[in-house]
Amino acid sequence: MSDRLAVRKTYKLYLGGAFPRSESGRTYEVHDTRGHFLANAAWASRKDGRDAVVAARSAFGKWSGATAYNRGQVLYRVAEVMEGRAAQFTEEVAAGEGLSTAKARAAVDAAIDRWVWYAGWTDKLAAVLGSTNPVAGPYFGFSVPEPTGVVAVLAPQRSSLLGLVSVLAPVLAAGNTAVVVTSKERPLPAITLGEVLATSDVPGGVVNLLTGDAAEIGPWLAEHADVDAIDLAGAPAPLAMELERSAAGTIKRVLRTPAEEPDWTADPGLSRLRPFLETKSVWHPIGV
Amino acid sequence: MTHVLDPNALADTSSGTGTLPDPFADVTRSNDAFRAFLHGLPGVDQVGAEARAKVLGTRSIKTTAKAWAIDTAISMVDLTTLEGSDTPGKVRALAAKARRPDPTDPSCPAVAAVCVYGDLAGVAQEALAGTGINVAAVATAFPSGRASREVKLADVRDAVANGADEIDMVIDRGAFLTGRYLDVFEEIVAVKEACGSAHLKVILETGELVTLDAVRRASWLAMLAGGDFIKTSTGKVSPAATLPVCLVMLEAVRDFRTATGRQVGVKPAGGIRTTKDAVKHLVLINETVGSDWLSPDWFRFGASSLLNDLLLQRQKLRTGHYSGPDHVSVD
Repeated sequence: MSDRLAVRKTYKLYLGGAFPRSESGRTYEVHDTRGHFLANAAWASRKDGRDAVVAARSAFGKWSGATAYNRGQVLYRVAEVMEGRAAQFTEEVAAGEGLSTAKARAAVDAAIDRWVWYAGWTDKLAAVLGSTNPVAGPYFGFSVPEPTGVVAVLAPQRSSLLGLVSVLAPVLAAGNTAVVVTSKERPLPAITLGEVLATSDVPGGVVNLLTGDAAEIGPWLAEHADVDAIDLAGAPAPLAMELERSAAGTIKRVLRTPAEEPDWTADPGLSRLRPFLETKSVWHPIGV
Repeated sequence: MTHVLDPNALADTSSGTGTLPDPFADVTRSNDAFRAFLHGLPGVDQVGAEARAKVLGTRSIKTTAKAWAIDTAISMVDLTTLEGSDTPGKVRALAAKARRPDPTDPSCPAVAAVCVYGDLAGVAQEALAGTGINVAAVATAFPSGRASREVKLADVRDAVANGADEIDMVIDRGAFLTGRYLDVFEEIVAVKEACGSAHLKVILETGELVTLDAVRRASWLAMLAGGDFIKTSTGKVSPAATLPVCLVMLEAVRDFRTATGRQVGVKPAGGIRTTKDAVKHLVLINETVGSDWLSPDWFRFGASSLLNDLLLQRQKLRTGHYSGPDHVSVD
């Protein structure tokens, strides 16, 4: 038995490609399901949310302008790095969600598979959701899907990795940039995902991970005039309704969530890709 | 070296130029005397100036004080476009923005001036007629100042004839750095004369002066020569306006008023992009020279992108939620 002292970790945020402390200087303790200390996490404030939106906005042009093929490659690379970190993810999911190692490993595998699945969607969206429209005149009419912009994601509170990947990957695959508020009680897989993103090819600012309280940061993101859409997956029912109302002030896309957290292992189809895409239609005269 | 603020230390019976404020009437009798005077200015403690600027930058300005600071800063902005690609249309658009910076909010103050190249001053004057917003024009072979004096003076007269209310001139940094202070001085005097009734702002281009001691000397030189404002930079050289430089210039105008009774304005320009930077400057003014300078008549920000950030912060205070760049104009 080694008497080596435990190296207790104090994690930080993932914001604009860097790992800053919270502007507020706050941290909070993360415990496993039996109440044992796991690590310290940064407790993000509204001003971290503000900074994250600025980072996401400045990253949007490059990420949305990349070719669909390139975006797919970058996302696939993320899945590769996740695979290499599978043991760490498994440990964190098991501790945070109170699962056996085997069940946690299955959740991690499902999360990586989900990421690969969404990586494959990037260059198929235009074919599936776009169209060449029949028009009654000498014109071509095209409709093409385009990313909505900066998406605020309130990540699921219970499913700390599979749930997070299930809401984050479609936002990225569609070409949006994301400001994510992670699960408050179970943030560790999200923090590790941040380390994965930082060491893969995803440009800084495309994903910004804020560990903290969705009820604290959510209202600021919902009202923020520079956020184009909000995913309410991790907001409990009364908060979700309030956020939906305040999001109306700036006409955001809002993705509602069922009262109970859904079974994330189910096939999502296009249900999470379509809400964060805008359809652009173009008329073009024939023969010019 | 003698102390500068005691003019008798350099007493000499030979006649001065006659244009200088009383206690300094004869410091420009020769280049050597002028050099002795400028180099006799007290040295600047650079570490102290940086520390002072830094500590003042930590002041927390919130709620009503912040709202006041934002409105004051907006009213001090010299909205600037100095690009080779400027067009009359762009200047008119800028003038419209100067009149009503935030079209969604009539209570938003107008800016102080629009700053353009001399050939576009007429366009700006036409667009701003009757608004009380001044037209500032850069002249004297801006930004390098590398032209003969005849060309510089012609540049100034042309800008004034086009309708400029304020002239932003650059000093000859080459002459300044080689110690030909009297040449620089005489050039400013000549430009001031060519300005007629237009206000003269003297750009020191502090990024090329290297030391804070040189900034202090250049400030005194410009004030003695009759500049109505001293301005940090052209915006074409980095570093441009920094807080320590602004601190030294504010101290210079304060000391100059104490010695001569004449008040000179200060204009930091270039590199001030955020509301936070602007508020730091306002704190610096209040703590260095007092509220006499907290007005657009005596303090200006030379900026273009600063205004949008001020407007975003203003909208945030007004609406209670964060605003975004889609809600201000793209210049």
